[in-house]
Amino acid sequence: MSTQTSYDSGLEKFNRIGRGTNVFFHFIFILLALLCLVPVVVVLSISLSDESSIRESGYHILPTALSGDAYNYIVKQGSMMIRALGVSVLVTAAGTLIGVLLTTSMGYVLSRPNYKLNGLLTWIVFIPMIFNGGLVSSYYINSSLLGLKNTIWALILPLAVSSFNVIICRTFFKSTIPDGLIESAEIDGAGQFRIYFTIVLPISLPVLATIGLFLCFSYWNDWFQSLLYIDDQNLYSLQALLNSLMSNVDALARNASTMGVSYAQLVATMPKESARMAVAIIIVLPVALAYPFFQKYFISGLTVGAVKG
Amino acid sequence: MMFMDARVDRKGKRTRWRKHDTELTLLALPTAIWYILFCFLPMFGVIIAFKDFKIHGSFVHNVFNSAWVGFKNFEFLFKSNDAWIVIRNTIGYNIIFIILGIAVPVTLALMVGQLHSRKAAKVYQTMMFLPYFLSWVVVSAVVWAFLSFDKGIVNQFMSDFSRDPKNWYMEASYWPYFLVFMNMWKGLGYGMVIYLATITSMDSTYYEAAVIDGASKWQQTRYITLPLMKFVIVLMFILAVGHIFSTDFGLFFQVPRDSNSLYNVTTTVDVLVFKQLKTATVGMASASSFLQSVLGCAMILTANWVVRRVDPDSAMI
Repeated sequence: MSTQTSYDSGLEKFNRIGRGTNVFFHFIFILLALLCLVPVVVVLSISLSDESSIRESGYHILPTALSGDAYNYIVKQGSMMIRALGVSVLVTAAGTLIGVLLTTSMGYVLSRPNYKLNGLLTWIVFIPMIFNGGLVSSYYINSSLLGLKNTIWALILPLAVSSFNVIICRTFFKSTIPDGLIESAEIDGAGQFRIYFTIVLPISLPVLATIGLFLCFSYWNDWFQSLLYIDDQNLYSLQALLNSLMSNVDALARNASTMGVSYAQLVATMPKESARMAVAIIIVLPVALAYPFFQKYFISGLTVGAVKG
Repeated sequence: MMFMDARVDRKGKRTRWRKHDTELTLLALPTAIWYILFCFLPMFGVIIAFKDFKIHGSFVHNVFNSAWVGFKNFEFLFKSNDAWIVIRNTIGYNIIFIILGIAVPVTLALMVGQLHSRKAAKVYQTMMFLPYFLSWVVVSAVVWAFLSFDKGIVNQFMSDFSRDPKNWYMEASYWPYFLVFMNMWKGLGYGMVIYLATITSMDSTYYEAAVIDGASKWQQTRYITLPLMKFVIVLMFILAVGHIFSTDFGLFFQVPRDSNSLYNVTTTVDVLVFKQLKTATVGMASASSFLQSVLGCAMILTANWVVRRVDPDSAMI
């Protein structure tokens, strides 16, 4: 056994690229990795810059004068920002939960081979992958017919299910859960709901994690639903808030707890430029800290979907 | 993907409806209702493209009572100059994205697999995956930090080298490059993941045999890796072609910050539909949206037909 491994690693060593090429490749990848990282660092450094230094000399890759004013302002005055954070967290949590339940239940039903309506439901899931009603039609159905305009459900429901995720679940259940397990539970008299909740879900954690992560990131990063359906600023998510700050940074002073300070004064004194980038950092930070740990679930989902179809 | 393999066998069809069928139907019911509300209702809603649809009042009432206008909405759409600019942009950008979106990640995936240090390769990959997890609103803020006229980092560099600062959001000639760059930047990590998964799943004995036969690294790549990747590359290519009529709305709307000076180079179908919808020119909006759906469907079916000829197992239908 030991000779085998040493033979393998020896062969591997022999079959490596040359030392010079290796250095060259490293150089290219360091450059690319920096290219992907630096923009985020820039946003972070602007958010930590002193407002007057930004006014005088503009943005810098590294801050010329450090200051926590922006974050200070957000914590003290940013009731709007705290509200937006609340909306984002609520939408992400509720959306992920609803989405996972809707997706996995359909995936499970489609994975049952003897189910009578299997064909019909398969078509229901499949047709939207080929044809969709388009933006205009969906917009009018959602806002007028379903009455979702300016409700939090407009941010949650339309993104809850995707056929792609249903198929990932179906494939997972079909390939990993032995038919015998389900059949024996059926023989023991368990109903399908009980089988789904107490047997299927607990042994399917990898696929739950994958689907949950896909949903979590897509809800947290969504701004399009807000752009379409939300005019009420109380329902702005962080993304929607940042979007409106990009065109009008003064909006951050709105709803601020103005204790003896007039709105105009507040607008004049608040750290606008850095506060705007601070909102971006509050959006990015949880994602940037979380994704390296969850990458493997992400990759498994992406490759199931893309490589196997 | 063999999605449609759930054909009920002849014997199964004749069995009675059983208790477990009822239970499974109930279990699937919420999701089925979701599909009807959010996918199938809009499909029938496309008929407003052929009507003189009014946005005020109840939707159902308006759909049934607004007058049929035939193809009038489409005539208006194609009479405007927008139509041709938009078609050029949509297809043009997509062709560039498809070519670069395959060539660059495949090359980089081949390179990253060759690095001596597995650990470093992992770190690079993780870092390059970061932009994929940023929303276009955040990316738009990032781009603003670089391109802003009075505070942007790029203009500061320009003035350091005593060149005149540029108002980047007004200079249409640079934006095709910016947009292609941003699209690559955001999608690189994703692309590498897909191709690297294919490379790492290859049988290592091929390479062992090749080494013993004296094949160079380049020969191994050329005659083993690339031929084995050909299938995935073709599949990704065909899937991308199937979506040639849709673009990433965030890239073309958020990153240029909806600047009017950039209209000719940044307006794609999705941007046009959105703008028409927001300015309440419903007739044209529904017509463009309808065309996009129908053409998109046709392209996906064509792509699927091609996939089936290449490899029946990977076809959707």
